[in-house]
Amino acid sequence: MSAEPKAEPRAVPRARRAARRPVTPYLRVVGAIAWKDLRAEIRSRELINSMVLFTLMTVLIFSLALELDKEARQTTVAGVLWVTVIFAGILGLGRSLAAEKDRGSLDALLLAPIDRSALFFGKMLGNLLFVLVVALVLVALLTVLFNVSLFEPRLLVVLGLGTLGFSTVGTLLSSMSVHARAREAMLPILLMPVVLPVLISAVRASTAILEQMPRADWLPWIQLLAVADVMFLVGAYVLFDYVVEE
Amino acid sequence: MSYSAQRTGLLKGLTALAAVLFAVAIYLDLFWVGPEATQGAAQRVFYVHLGAFLGAFIAFSAVVVAGIAYLRTRNPKWDTLGLASVEMGLGFSLITIITGMTWARPIWNTWWTWDPRLTSVAIMWLAYAAYVMLRTGIEDPERRRRFAAVYGIIAFASVIFTIVIVRVRPDTIHPVVAGPTQADPTGGFEVAGDMKTTLFFNMITFALITLVLVWHRIRLENLVHYIERRKMEVLAELSR
Repeated sequence: MSAEPKAEPRAVPRARRAARRPVTPYLRVVGAIAWKDLRAEIRSRELINSMVLFTLMTVLIFSLALELDKEARQTTVAGVLWVTVIFAGILGLGRSLAAEKDRGSLDALLLAPIDRSALFFGKMLGNLLFVLVVALVLVALLTVLFNVSLFEPRLLVVLGLGTLGFSTVGTLLSSMSVHARAREAMLPILLMPVVLPVLISAVRASTAILEQMPRADWLPWIQLLAVADVMFLVGAYVLFDYVVEE
Repeated sequence: MSYSAQRTGLLKGLTALAAVLFAVAIYLDLFWVGPEATQGAAQRVFYVHLGAFLGAFIAFSAVVVAGIAYLRTRNPKWDTLGLASVEMGLGFSLITIITGMTWARPIWNTWWTWDPRLTSVAIMWLAYAAYVMLRTGIEDPERRRRFAAVYGIIAFASVIFTIVIVRVRPDTIHPVVAGPTQADPTGGFEVAGDMKTTLFFNMITFALITLVLVWHRIRLENLVHYIERRKMEVLAELSR
């Protein structure tokens, strides 16, 4: 790297090519962007506070609206869990890229000599962390309030896979919806139908696990969930470039 | 402009052919093929049901192809194909849902049930309705085309999901006619003999109808753009 550019007589095109090629290692970029979001969040706490409060309120409303008795709680708790995670997640996703665009820092990120997909995975990782925190708070909350133990290793796997798929699609679509009119309304409309394969299999798997059903009842859903995750990850990796090019 | 008198002639011919085939298909469905042994006349709607779903599937697949082609070439004609296909796909999936409901009423004794496949097909419809919403929500035409292409590709996940759901987890009551049957479908039946012929004929007919309608819709879109351009030209002429 040190002596080679001097030996080359045509230095200019070389330098230009070098500038196009990302200098920082891929994973460092991803980590840096996720860490930036995380640090901003730790300092301001505006997102996580609103998401957790929203979660708490949603759970209270659910328990009021459904008037859950003991058996009903057992069967609906997975649904309550996932619907709340999705709604709270949408709240976070909408803010994550909207804030970036309003402050103008999105342009700076796009100008940086980094791979666009690294930018995507960085943002996605940040969103995933927030959604996961909310999901874990919710698991604790539901365990206490609904008196149904949700701390079950298999359920946590479902939770991880489900939130991964959700934040992947969510990050991609929220980077589109920030450019739309009425963007707060646009994101859920775009996101909900697409994320359904993830949501349905996550709810089915969670319910089956919580009701102690045999393996054949939850394993196919977890497999479907994993397939959907991989599909969305690849899709988002390829398509994100086209969304942010400008 | 991308249409000529000759191609309009071809389109007219195909339209006439589609109309004739559709009439024959309806005759086959309603009179020619014998009634199914246990379900009787209610089963006849199945040919249109599956035909319309094939139409929707072709249209939504065309959206993916158009999306990829647009992102690669940036030629607006692919975007027009995407838009036209989404609209036709919405129409055909609506026909699928409605014919399914009319069948379900006598067989399942309900218009609608929250079965995985029924739910997923409803969500599939919503995904493409969201595509139309997205288009209206973005002003910059270039960005609108680009985002529509991306969303059209992503939304296909809901189509795949609708198709695989009964194979992955067969706890649906929706019958699967082709391929392995699930544990306990309600109202399943065997397709054989004349039924196969009728089904095959319907599939071809609906595929052709989809093609013709998408073509018409593209032509309409091109005409709209043409008129807009002419209006601008006239305005420019007048203001000079």
